[in-house]
Amino acid sequence: MSPEDFEFAAQFFKDRSGLILTRDKTYLLENRLMPLVRDMRLKSVTELIDGVRRGDSVLQALAVEAMMAKDTGFFRDWKPFTHLRTVVLPNLRVARGMKAGFRILSAGVSTGQEAYSVAMTIKDVSSSFPGWKVEVVGIDISAAAIAAATKGVYNQFEVQRGLPVHTLLQYFTKQDDNWALSDQIKSMVKFQAWNLLDDLYPLGRFDVVLCRNVLVYLDLKTKLDVLQKLARLLVDDGALYLGLNETVMGVSSSFRAINPDLGIYAAHRADRPASLSLAARVDL
Amino acid sequence: MKRCLIVDDSRVIRRVASKIIQDMGFDVDEAENGRKALNALTIRMPDLVLVDWEMPVMDGITFAKELRKLPGGNKVAVMFCTVENDAAHIKQALEAGADEYIMKPFDSEIMRSKLTLLGFLG
Repeated sequence: MSPEDFEFAAQFFKDRSGLILTRDKTYLLENRLMPLVRDMRLKSVTELIDGVRRGDSVLQALAVEAMMAKDTGFFRDWKPFTHLRTVVLPNLRVARGMKAGFRILSAGVSTGQEAYSVAMTIKDVSSSFPGWKVEVVGIDISAAAIAAATKGVYNQFEVQRGLPVHTLLQYFTKQDDNWALSDQIKSMVKFQAWNLLDDLYPLGRFDVVLCRNVLVYLDLKTKLDVLQKLARLLVDDGALYLGLNETVMGVSSSFRAINPDLGIYAAHRADRPASLSLAARVDL
Repeated sequence: MKRCLIVDDSRVIRRVASKIIQDMGFDVDEAENGRKALNALTIRMPDLVLVDWEMPVMDGITFAKELRKLPGGNKVAVMFCTVENDAAHIKQALEAGADEYIMKPFDSEIMRSKLTLLGFLG
């Protein structure tokens, strides 16, 4: 790939998705685009980039999807979901009381495993929320990933990454070579193709936001922009989960650390101490 | 160091699984069927047993049931690792005393995930 093609591609993906590609990531660019080159029966990545440069909108959308990391899994890193079940959900039950409902956003949800993990976590303690209106929303820039997430069907490798076998039996049914998630879990989650760089306000406000292993691909300015948008989506005592290797430190002052080792933060409001966050173990 | 006993009649599978599990910090012993595995357990009880389903002499289900009857056999984590990949087989394994279940083929990422679920990895 010529230096000019790389520079064009790097700028294009940054503008469209916030993805940062430095020159040493040429292999990543080529590896992720090659399957699309084959699917579209093109001769090379160079030909693909030429099409993107000419303004072929279908090719542009497919190229952005191809570049997005799809590394995901059920209950990824496990401990944040334990925190959700043992701290945030009990705090929500007490704090919301009469309102009897809450909303959780999984941003960068890819093929749906994170949002469904949240739904299964809630379902396991659903007796604590009788009659509550609970909504989990999953968004991702990739329309193909969102379509897969909506189907809720996973192959044998996917259901063995992070999913306890008891949970597999409880919520999935074997369908030919794949495993299909039960309607009771699927009905708890709504998926929408949505770019984090776009206005997020129409999504409404959320009690909890998970944006895990997404910021790591963005440059500092884009990270700050996304974090500020997420801060506006969160209710005053809302909780934010980032990836284990991600932080708001040195990027945004819109959050307060609760358990940075697990990527857990509280929405920062000037008149409200972080100890009153849903993410903190407090006596509400 | 944690110890794992791999019970599988395929030498290739034993070798592949041994390498993966050793890389995750376990000492590994091997047995080619349930009977030989039970004999090994009378000498030393491991922390984890990885067991196949179909094996000559004694199959995995019989082995798991016998293991759970042994002194200290309830403290061992038992994980099936087998080509049997439907809900009925998984249920049968859990009823025989399995704690987790891997459907072959597997890779190191799946093994790491399962060992994390069993509490062996952070």
